[in-house]
Amino acid sequence: MSLNEEELAGFRQRLQCNFEQIDEVFPHLLMGARNHLSAAGLEAWLEGASLICMIGRGVEPVLVYLEEMPEVAGQLGETVLERVAQAVWKLSRSPNGRAIPPFLQVMAEVARRLRTCERLAQYMALVFDMMERTTGSIHGFHATQPSPGLPHLLRNMPYLLSQLSLDGLHRWIDYGIRHYSHHPQRQEAYFSLELADSRAMLHKERQGCLLQDHERALGQYLQAFWQQDAWLVPYSEHLDAQTHPKPYFDEAGMRVPDVYNDRNGISGLDRYRALLAHMAAHRRWSSRVVADNYSPLQRMAIEVLEDSRVEWLAMRQWPGLHGLWRSLHPRPEESACDELRYSCVRHRLAMLSWALLNPVDHGYRHEEICRTVVAFQQAMQEDNTTQAMVRLALTFVARTRVQADQQATVWFEDTEVDYRDDNRHLWLFIEEGDEEEAFDKKKREVSPEEAERLPPRLYPEWDHQSQAYLPDWVSVYEILHPPGEAAFIDRLLERHSALARRMKRVLDLLKPQDHVRVRYQEEGSELDLDIALRSLIDYRCKVQPDPRINFRLEHNHRDIAVTLLLDLSESLNETVPGSDQTLLELNQEATALLAWAIEQLGDRLSIAGFHSNTRHEVRYLHIKGFGEAWDDTVKARLAAMEAGWSTRMGAALRHAGSLLEKRREEKRLLLVVTDGEPSDVDVQDEEHLLQDARKAVQELGQKNIHVHCISLDPKADDYVQNLFGRQYLVIDKVERLPEKLPQLFLSLTR
Amino acid sequence: MSELQAYQIQEAPYYQPQGNEVELYETAYRRRLPVMIKGPTGCGKSRFVEYMAWKLGKPLITVACNEDMTASDLVGRYLLDADGTRWLDGPLTIAARHGAICYLDEVVEARQDTTVVIHPLTDHRRTLPLDKKGELVQAHPDFQLVISYNPGYQSLMKDLKQSTKQRFVAMEFDYPETALEVEILASETGIAADLAEKLVKVGHAARNLKGHGLDEGISTRLLVYAAMLIQEGADPVSACRMALVRPITDDSDIRANLDHSIDMAFA
Repeated sequence: MSLNEEELAGFRQRLQCNFEQIDEVFPHLLMGARNHLSAAGLEAWLEGASLICMIGRGVEPVLVYLEEMPEVAGQLGETVLERVAQAVWKLSRSPNGRAIPPFLQVMAEVARRLRTCERLAQYMALVFDMMERTTGSIHGFHATQPSPGLPHLLRNMPYLLSQLSLDGLHRWIDYGIRHYSHHPQRQEAYFSLELADSRAMLHKERQGCLLQDHERALGQYLQAFWQQDAWLVPYSEHLDAQTHPKPYFDEAGMRVPDVYNDRNGISGLDRYRALLAHMAAHRRWSSRVVADNYSPLQRMAIEVLEDSRVEWLAMRQWPGLHGLWRSLHPRPEESACDELRYSCVRHRLAMLSWALLNPVDHGYRHEEICRTVVAFQQAMQEDNTTQAMVRLALTFVARTRVQADQQATVWFEDTEVDYRDDNRHLWLFIEEGDEEEAFDKKKREVSPEEAERLPPRLYPEWDHQSQAYLPDWVSVYEILHPPGEAAFIDRLLERHSALARRMKRVLDLLKPQDHVRVRYQEEGSELDLDIALRSLIDYRCKVQPDPRINFRLEHNHRDIAVTLLLDLSESLNETVPGSDQTLLELNQEATALLAWAIEQLGDRLSIAGFHSNTRHEVRYLHIKGFGEAWDDTVKARLAAMEAGWSTRMGAALRHAGSLLEKRREEKRLLLVVTDGEPSDVDVQDEEHLLQDARKAVQELGQKNIHVHCISLDPKADDYVQNLFGRQYLVIDKVERLPEKLPQLFLSLTR
Repeated sequence: MSELQAYQIQEAPYYQPQGNEVELYETAYRRRLPVMIKGPTGCGKSRFVEYMAWKLGKPLITVACNEDMTASDLVGRYLLDADGTRWLDGPLTIAARHGAICYLDEVVEARQDTTVVIHPLTDHRRTLPLDKKGELVQAHPDFQLVISYNPGYQSLMKDLKQSTKQRFVAMEFDYPETALEVEILASETGIAADLAEKLVKVGHAARNLKGHGLDEGISTRLLVYAAMLIQEGADPVSACRMALVRPITDDSDIRANLDHSIDMAFA
């Protein structure tokens, strides 16, 4: 259907835009548009383009609009034409004109992902919301600074939408705005996915089956099915899209993708299992072959046959694997590849692979493939080795080779079996080859200094604004507290000898008695002869006898693990008003007394201190472990205690909790001694660390760990209740801490 | 002998020897040595003792031990009746007096101080003092003591004292070899050999997970239950889930993996 000059000129006139560049391509664009749009649609298209021309941003946006929109409208309906034009108009009225070309460029791809008009509306609302919140203003009332992140966000949009749902996208954008709104460079980096943080968030919001959620299950799978043990090392496919990494395994572990989406009705988890089963089968049955003896083509064929062989063996053990692998294996059409125009090597081998997996119903007529399938079956019965596969592969290659195999245009479609690894383990290179490149081979040299220190433990932190955890946000370093002079603590204890004597009496009462005889029981383990005889006499005298003639032995023991967590922040160095002692000294006294008391009772106690210097360094200092006795080494550490830096309480609580969680005792108690509210130098929002600590206390409650706070801040009532619920004690007269702390412990555990 | 009539085993229990354990036991019995049998749950310990009692033609008194058991539960106690008190022999005393095999099942479950009462019976003295009654029971020549326990789930709290351990000769049991286990399943339940083989495969998958989240693998006993369900017409996959997976774990990851192993084995 062609147009005559007149009609064409009519359309051109209706497009009110006089750029010369448009004249050249207009007939071509119009032809394309007519395939997608109705007459009314064409009108709307031209009107939209005229509007965009009016914004005065040159010819580029108009051209992009004219080119992209007919296809978009074809997918989402023609109402979208005006809506997009209006959106561009709106963008042009803000300082964000720079974002218009990317907005239009990605529109076609976005429309393909979103599929409905409603979702497109949501998408645009999302973009405009982001724009408004990141567009800077000067003096508060005029938006004048363009949004730094918006063009980057738009450019990445097709990729983001391929990974995230709209909700996930919303959360991801929201996170970026909240954390980087005041830092233009970082914001740009976040939205162009260059920041580690933005990738971590993206990963968290991903759809599909994440490896990190199933690592344990997959480890068990390897163990249960294959009796193998391997590190599963994730790699990300999107981060190096160019190299297109494939799974592989070596001595260091199995490299697997970090996420799998469902495919062909196979869940992501089952895809992981299919992959692991294949690699485990290789580990069990494959032996190495010297690579230098074979051409690349021969090697490919050997790999295909060896893959099929180990799968055949695995399926003999677990017949259900056949169904799983079959659903994931591509099925190349026999006639798909034109042997004159393409090199069909991969296609032929993929066909062979499919035929070997489905020897009965592959339906191929290719003579050599059918012959190899029969030979393969026979080989599996007789000489089931890698070497037998090498012989079969060489024969296959020799008989199927054609001239076109040398061509550079290789046919790739339907030839990639992605649940198989790259078989690097199969080859033994006598001379260094350059074929295999480990994409994560760069090993970091560990400096000896670093090796001595334990690696940090990473903990999440609760962000109350987004009601979500910030993943791996805080690094906690565990350190054994350096020792000082133990005698110092002994002197402290002497000072409190009167108190200690008083406490001793309470302690003796609390001390567990191992066996207690409970008398006067109707049911019991043994007959209490004295009572029994008395009852018998009563019975004979026709008096109502007492039926409670047995006794029972009961165990009476305490089963408690306690961790005392001391806040060692800078404020502890302050002197207590009205005395010459610092808070730190009082803390030491109280701790020493408590440790002594608990030692008397025989309960398990650990003591640790913490302070923090931003989220990258929270130090958790061990003073006494559960297994250690209250002796001079522990006293020496306590004596050397020093205060400094800030109070990042949530991370310390989580770490103490994770250590306490492993204890087997029936009751687990975490006593926190602090002198102020949580704070740190890298957090401006006061509420943030409070809420995080509160969340940490809740988490511990769920783990059945009882948390109790002793606050030395007389003004603590405001926040401490919010943090710890009703489990707290505020000590107004700090001098009395050494007395109060052991008392509190005793009353808690009585 | 009439007291022990009830404890006599009438019909031959099915037992498939795994090695020379039958001969060894007979040898130990000839010298009346106390025997300890170790092994994971459901591997056939109790069945073996039953079988040996039948083979030797001796009565068998079984005591299932538990934490609340006291020495008097084993030895006996005074009870009241119309004329005053009356002594009632406990199972251990009955066995010692009249000459039976006394089998203490899962003996570590009992507290260590309870188990000490068996000491004088298990050395050269072969006597049982009943101090409350003021009697010294001399063990019958046929009397023998057998204990069993499962070293797998013992905790620090649940172990035998060295002084108790060293009074026994010990035999270690484990789940049978694949071929043997298939045979056991087939003759216990009459299930077809190929189905039995698949059941055993699932069992092995779970046993591989022992120590990786499972305290104990799927026992032969559970495999027999699964085979019974299948024999009664249950569909194999559901029968396996019901008999093999649901009872042994509440861990969702392990459950998913074992379910998967059933799907893979019965596909």
